Amino acid sequence: MARLARLRLSEDEVEPMARELSAVLDHIAKIEELDLKDVAPTTHVIADAMPTDATPTDAIPTHPGLRADRPRASLPREVALAQAPAVSDDGFLVPSPQA
Amino acid sequence: MSVAEIIGLSAAEAARAIAAGGLSSGELFEAYRARAAADELNCFTWVAAEAPAEAPAGPLRGVPLAVKDLFCTENVPSQSGSRMLEGYLPPYTATAVSRLSEAGATLLGKTNQDEFAMGSSNENSAYGPVLNPWDRTRVPGGSSGGSAAAVAAGLAPWALGTDTGGSIRQPAALCGIVGLKPTYGAVSRYGMIAFASSLDQAGPLTRDVTDAALLLRHMVGRDACDATSLAFPEEIALPRAERLDGMRLGVPKELTSGSAGGEGEGIEAGVLDTFRAALARAEDLGAEIVESVQLPHAPHALAAYYVLAPAEASSNLARFDGVRYGLRAESARDLLDMYTRTRHDGFGTEVKRRIMLGTYALSSGYYDAYYGRAQRVRTKIAEDFHTAFEQVDLILTPTSPTVAFKLGEKTADPLAMYLNDYCTVPMSLAGIPAISIPCGLSEGLPVGLQIAGPAFSENRLLDGAHALERALGFDGSQARA
Repeated sequence: MARLARLRLSEDEVEPMARELSAVLDHIAKIEELDLKDVAPTTHVIADAMPTDATPTDAIPTHPGLRADRPRASLPREVALAQAPAVSDDGFLVPSPQA
Repeated sequence: MSVAEIIGLSAAEAARAIAAGGLSSGELFEAYRARAAADELNCFTWVAAEAPAEAPAGPLRGVPLAVKDLFCTENVPSQSGSRMLEGYLPPYTATAVSRLSEAGATLLGKTNQDEFAMGSSNENSAYGPVLNPWDRTRVPGGSSGGSAAAVAAGLAPWALGTDTGGSIRQPAALCGIVGLKPTYGAVSRYGMIAFASSLDQAGPLTRDVTDAALLLRHMVGRDACDATSLAFPEEIALPRAERLDGMRLGVPKELTSGSAGGEGEGIEAGVLDTFRAALARAEDLGAEIVESVQLPHAPHALAAYYVLAPAEASSNLARFDGVRYGLRAESARDLLDMYTRTRHDGFGTEVKRRIMLGTYALSSGYYDAYYGRAQRVRTKIAEDFHTAFEQVDLILTPTSPTVAFKLGEKTADPLAMYLNDYCTVPMSLAGIPAISIPCGLSEGLPVGLQIAGPAFSENRLLDGAHALERALGFDGSQARA
């Protein structure tokens, strides 16, 4: 699981992590008690309860949706790169995938 | 005005004093800046060096604002309590903060928090725990612990926090102040370093209910940069109510009985007694207490929450990979080694635990059993509240099952820590607004009263809270001494 999460756990972290995760998973098992046949999963908890027959726009109150697709300036390259741990020319510098 | 007089003003009173000419915004800023800079509670991770050169215009009149560290603030450190983002300077400012700046608030400092907002005690911060101003051997609650303690201790007139499962309301309760989690979508999440996107919501932590209304008024609204944000249907009014005549207040037994909390210790007797005394005050004000209201799925809320929030966190925190910003581990063999070493070094234990949990819940073959099922539980919980609000106007519960606990008391048992959120998580899952106001002391420590209402009922909520606040007459000045 740690590999899938791109996490490295040191030797002394593995046992407590496994024990604590087991305790939490035991608690989470409570959701198996309920009969949830024919119950729809929540997507947007507020909008799910609102009428959806209108096209979402900024002008329709209390309805979420996508903004109009208008081009606008993005961050200048030097600003986007300013906080990077390593840069090379115009991009982010990373170690080779296969050293 | 003396410094003691200035610190004694609420934020709304300070704004009025500036408008009337009895106080300058520079004097106000310096009074708080000096206190924040001398902070002994570890509330702040950054404090402004000086007042803004120009006195800000706008209805908030330059009243200084403390901001939880997970809000991005342009060229001001925004570290979200994590070593991963030590010294990170964002290129832009979160919408909630920029709206308040446009309304005339000035940035006083950034406040300490649990790492990436994961925690209920502020002990998960890479920058050290925050101490509770009522008792420095106790936690302030979390994850907005720095914001709550700073307001309670008079180191800031008011503060911004965020609430995913109780992270505004619980620290407000434990520090004896007011904390409001708005309707999901009411405030833009743009520029908030994300924890669980379907739950995260920004809100005010303030000394009183009027200040909460004033701050919220200038935060809400649709933002093109957050597709889940919603236009608030009305203006947030300053609350005036002094009575609760005709109000039906629901007290669901699932969240208010001594055994609520299931396998945990349940709600402390002292907290329940203080809560019951507050209900009696509500009846004195003309409210009808309705004990028959039910939230049958509330006991399952915490389990659903600890699927949904870690799942979303595991996805959101994938961005911390050592490439574009923040920490990068040295001497990696290759790209994959760089990712895993960076995430090992940069994340604390609780964050790793939740990433592992979320990765497990979202892994192939488990999605329906965990995330899909938890989202169905969430639908049932939202339906419970819809049904309840056909019978009552507002729902009242204790905010937290306990008063502020000792530093270190719960760090060895994650589940015991998670049970702090037992009474606040159901409202988070339902996306509805809820406020915590101080309702008294138990063993000399503040107890929070949680008031919840239907989506977009913030004005009703604030009015009810205002009337109760007046009747309860809680005095928090001891924590500012």
